[in-house]
Amino acid sequence: MTEPVLSIRNLTVEIPTRRGLFKPVQNVSYDIFPGEIRGVVGESGAGKSMTGNAVIGLLDDPARVASGEIWLKGRRIDNLSREEKRAIRGREIGMIFQDPLTSLNPLFTIGEQLVETIQLHLKVSAAEAKERALALLDRVSIPDPKTRFDQYPHQFSGGMRQRVVIALALCSEPSVIVADEPTTALDVSIQAQVLDLIKELATETQVGVILVTHDMGVIADTTEQVTVMYSGEVVENGPTDKVLSAPEHEYTKSLISAVPRPQVKLHRFPQVSYGGRETTFKIEDLARNWHKPEPSKSGKLVEVNGITKKFLEKSAILPSQRTYFTAVDNVSFDIKDGEVFGLVGESGSGKSTVARMIGTLLSVDGGHVKFDGDDVTEMSAQGIANYRKQIQMIFQDPFSSLNPRMKVESIVAEPLLHHKILPPDQISARVHELLDRVGLTRAAASKYPHEFSGGQRQRISIARALATQPRFLICDEPTSALDVSIQAQILNILKDLQEHLGLTMLFISHDLPVVRQMCDRVGVMKQGQLIEVQDAETLFAKPEQEYTAQLLDLMPRLAQLSG
Amino acid sequence: MTDQPISPQKEAPSATPSRMRRALDSDFYYAFRHSPVAMVSAVVSIVLILSAVFAPLIAPYNPFDPTSLNLMNGFTPPTEPNAFTGETFLMGTDDQGRDVFSTILYGMRISLFVGFAAVLFAVVLGILLGLIAGYFGGWVDSFIMRAADVQLTFPSILVAMLIFGIAKGITPVEHRDQMAIWVLILAIGLSDWVQFARVVRGATLVEKNKDYVSAARLIGRRPSAIMLRHILPNILSPVLVIATISLALAIIAEATLSFLGVGAPPTQPSLGTLIRIGQGYLFSGEWWILFFPACTLLALALSVNMLGDWLRDVLNPRLK
Repeated sequence: MTEPVLSIRNLTVEIPTRRGLFKPVQNVSYDIFPGEIRGVVGESGAGKSMTGNAVIGLLDDPARVASGEIWLKGRRIDNLSREEKRAIRGREIGMIFQDPLTSLNPLFTIGEQLVETIQLHLKVSAAEAKERALALLDRVSIPDPKTRFDQYPHQFSGGMRQRVVIALALCSEPSVIVADEPTTALDVSIQAQVLDLIKELATETQVGVILVTHDMGVIADTTEQVTVMYSGEVVENGPTDKVLSAPEHEYTKSLISAVPRPQVKLHRFPQVSYGGRETTFKIEDLARNWHKPEPSKSGKLVEVNGITKKFLEKSAILPSQRTYFTAVDNVSFDIKDGEVFGLVGESGSGKSTVARMIGTLLSVDGGHVKFDGDDVTEMSAQGIANYRKQIQMIFQDPFSSLNPRMKVESIVAEPLLHHKILPPDQISARVHELLDRVGLTRAAASKYPHEFSGGQRQRISIARALATQPRFLICDEPTSALDVSIQAQILNILKDLQEHLGLTMLFISHDLPVVRQMCDRVGVMKQGQLIEVQDAETLFAKPEQEYTAQLLDLMPRLAQLSG
Repeated sequence: MTDQPISPQKEAPSATPSRMRRALDSDFYYAFRHSPVAMVSAVVSIVLILSAVFAPLIAPYNPFDPTSLNLMNGFTPPTEPNAFTGETFLMGTDDQGRDVFSTILYGMRISLFVGFAAVLFAVVLGILLGLIAGYFGGWVDSFIMRAADVQLTFPSILVAMLIFGIAKGITPVEHRDQMAIWVLILAIGLSDWVQFARVVRGATLVEKNKDYVSAARLIGRRPSAIMLRHILPNILSPVLVIATISLALAIIAEATLSFLGVGAPPTQPSLGTLIRIGQGYLFSGEWWILFFPACTLLALALSVNMLGDWLRDVLNPRLK
């Protein structure tokens, strides 16, 4: 048995705050062997990144290592001085961060950054450093390294940049790499390439990798060993296959069961019931007071006909000199009454633009949107007001979709007041009822959004969206900013809404398993065009387009689990 | 998502503590209590402002009441009895026998009133134009911001003197003294709105792309409601910071204008007017007529400025 290249023993990190000592990491121990990829998984705030930062000696003040030991190749490194830690960082321990946009300096060429790093760590001549840099670029599969060497970061795509960051981490031939959410900011297809690259490099160079992620799919695909963390503590530690297929700890079990599966459509997600997080939703009660939406005239509530959106790329005084970027190109589909229509695609494929055009947040540059037979693009001001009453939207980022300076009560009451749905004296009662239905307490009404967690905020958004009793709900990546367990809760609420209230929905996501769980029919978008529309069943079983098949193929899956 | 919330699922305590308790418990108050600079400058500003507001109660004499003046008391040095009348004055008297301490208190009233009013005027104008420019964009934005750029190319003192000159020309002689104060406010306010408009426009550009604004638009709220009810409350903290710093600058600007003789008239002297009067006697030995008003102006402007600096650090840590 080989020696572990890095061992963490009973590591505790503490942050002194005004309200006492806060310990984001408690008693964490794990080992990394050469050539091994260890996944560290957990929800936000679980302390997984903090552990990684402690290892590379990058804890932000006032956080500090309170107790425990970190050993690197038989040398204790947690009690070294700042200078000594700096020497190890980058040299012995490489780092890959989440955002490839900000981890490269935009003012230097890729080559300069690589050469500088190499010369900093290894005593080699400039020519030799350049040779090594070219070899590294080649190693991380950057095509045509000689040309790329002299280019700036903005000339690289997101995935390519992340490869360059990996090359930078490899410069000094480190023995351990800490990769903190290395693929979270990337599209699925690029994520797969980057993960493959990390796997390949680990085997080839025998470097030990700590892969911090919140994504169970990434863990299943990439890692050999996994450490599951929950609120600062390690709850389970072991070989990935074993932990995923036969989790021992309650938390791991519920976490795994909450991950959406692409294979089978479940009726409801199991709730993550660890740590008293369960909340009850009473959508059935809401249904009693809800007038059943009247069926649309044609059976198709929303018809989208060849809509196009162009954004100005280069402005000029003469219209003929202006250039445009076509974000959405001639997209047509329709959504039947009570249906959940999914729209998937990579970032930049125009799916959010479509949603915003249907929601009248963006003007339509060509084509028509019809709602219950009426053309939205040609409506009078009165008609638009009436249309807005019947549609609502749930946004991606729960931290920016609620006005931070308004109390929850005013947020939820705003649509009621604006559309004069209720007399003012009944509004407060309705708001309380809505909050109650989405599982928030009455006391929530008098608080401000910052007092809530991401999942709770998203529930406030849902309460606001339901206030006007809309017929049509647009969900723009409603769960992509949330943890898996919270995602399960929110998706369950949406499923309930759809079932009990007969709500028609447009559901936008880049996450295929989630789409599989939510949608009846799915449209696939690629570079502004809708390339395929299918029943969800058919699409996931036998996609027509090659691109769709590729997307399906690339999604990380929990293959070991039989759903 | 990265690890941000300390305890993501913690339900906030359901009982709402009283407003006072919350204020004392806030991070803002905590930061205040741990910054000696902030506390000292807050105390100095508050003492100066209060003594200006309550000047009639504090001041031993009313410097504007001709009946209380005795020319014989002129040029009395501080704390020394006057050679003719035997009266003593804490900070001495000026050429007309007015108690310098009292004139400072009354002068500060005018300085502060002009400062506050001018900043308020600039804030209101700047916020309105900045919101409109940022929210609507396009040619409206270009028009407003170009006007702001043009405004910036003139030194603010020059603008103020220009306005002052025009106003002086069009007001009848008998109203000139009363008009002077309002013209000062207009002049300083007009030369100051640009920075508010710029900051507000920038913040509006950021805020208008956030989803809560989209949500309000989706509901169908009118642009005016979105700007005032949704965006404005979220951009007030940088405005507050600049307003505090501008207050110090406005007080100095007022003093400068008054010193140059285009500001507050000698019958209603502000700190600047007092300094102007005093500087005539500096070389003939009556230093106190200049010294005390100048010190007061320094203390006032410095403490307000430091308070503004501290506010900026607390509310806008990234600007440090």
